[in-house]
Amino acid sequence: MQPVTFNTLIARNKRNSYLLIAFFMLFFVAFGVLIGEVWGQGDRTFRVGVPVAAGALAFLLTLFSYFGGPSALLGMSNARQIAKSDDPELFNVIEELAIAGGTPMPRVFVIDSPAMNAFATGRNPKHAAVAITAGLRHKLSRDELQGVMAHELCHIRNYDILYSMLMAVLVGTLVMLADVFVRSMYFGGMTGRSRRRNSKGGGGGQIIIVVIALVLAILAPILARIIQMALSRQREYLADAASVDLTRNPQGLASALAKLSGDREILESANRATAPLYIVPPVMRLGHDARNLLSTHPPLKERIDRLMSLTR
Amino acid sequence: MPWIALGVVVVLAIALISVYNALVSKRVACQAAWSQIDVQLKRRYDLVPNLVETVKGYAAHERETLEAVIAARNTAAAAAGMQERAQAENMLTGALRQLFALSEAYPDLKANQNFMQLQEELTSTENRIAFSRQHYNSTSAEYNSAIQKFPNNMIANSFGFRQQEYFQIEEPEHRQPPQVKF
Repeated sequence: MQPVTFNTLIARNKRNSYLLIAFFMLFFVAFGVLIGEVWGQGDRTFRVGVPVAAGALAFLLTLFSYFGGPSALLGMSNARQIAKSDDPELFNVIEELAIAGGTPMPRVFVIDSPAMNAFATGRNPKHAAVAITAGLRHKLSRDELQGVMAHELCHIRNYDILYSMLMAVLVGTLVMLADVFVRSMYFGGMTGRSRRRNSKGGGGGQIIIVVIALVLAILAPILARIIQMALSRQREYLADAASVDLTRNPQGLASALAKLSGDREILESANRATAPLYIVPPVMRLGHDARNLLSTHPPLKERIDRLMSLTR
Repeated sequence: MPWIALGVVVVLAIALISVYNALVSKRVACQAAWSQIDVQLKRRYDLVPNLVETVKGYAAHERETLEAVIAARNTAAAAAGMQERAQAENMLTGALRQLFALSEAYPDLKANQNFMQLQEELTSTENRIAFSRQHYNSTSAEYNSAIQKFPNNMIANSFGFRQQEYFQIEEPEHRQPPQVKF
């Protein structure tokens, strides 16, 4: 029963990752076509060249994300790698779980923050990393630590890490590019070359640019939401359940989640793109719409109840 | 017509090879999981003398317990048969448990940095042993169900893939209901 479940999960995550990459490239090419139409003014080389260049750029970005994404996310989160001598107990807990799951030992990172949180990232179990905040590390007992780390190792084993990493990096890039484009429209659109070029052909091009800017302005936040929606609640429930399958001790993770639910510390290094990766939604500065992020993770009470039902 | 026959033969051969290879890799996974248990048991043998030395410095007169630990370790390390070895390992687990219970009475020992490190390492090793057994059992279950399923079972039978035995807990205290004393 079990291995089949894991294999289907892995297959699904890989397929979703390929779809995401395809969507990302398609978006770039489509965007290139739009730009080519608007600014090309019938110039064939320009109209073909821009989409091709956009496709090539998307390919390069995907390549960079696949290999460099995890480091980028860890860097963004201010995580620093530690060695076994820095924290033997933490390493022991993770090594034990790696034995239980028959997976390779991930790299271990610490985020120097009093907030309580943890996440895993990487492109596959052989190239994976777990990060835990100093706050969480020091407030958990050995059993609770085991529960949290098992949850993270299950994200690694299921290839949740691949999908969520690509989601955060690629869609994060799109959101950023859309922002830049929209802003350049506001400031450059009126005086830039488009106006000079369009002076002969009238206001048609101008209107199209405004429409594109509008579409992108609407699209950017929607894309940001997609990151959150795609990394759905189901993944968290599954990782919780799989974690108990490893440790055979639901109490450990349940009591860790109870401690996590009491956390009010702000995690400075979390942002809209990385927030869904964490084991619980990080508390962010006001104005960063922390409330909406709750939707990526099921309410903690529900997760704890599900865990405790396993003991009965 | 001969082309169709040839095609069928090729498809069957490919299916046979892929099933055979999948079974082999599952069997190898079982063997690797089994040897992981040995690695962890060895780790425990290596930690015991260190632990005993440290405890001796603080609680030298607890000779009996210390000797019991050393004896259990040596028997386990020298045990030959599966059955004999499992028994010796359980003896060692029990003796170590006793040693740690005894350390509660020595605050100086409990505060010793070296002892604390050893205690953490041994706790971790006990977990590793338990987890490696658990992992062995789950890989064996996967392998066992793979060789029994149709059509894998035909290939498994003709190439001598045998059922992998599960690791079972032999500790008597896990079998008997816990005793409550008033």
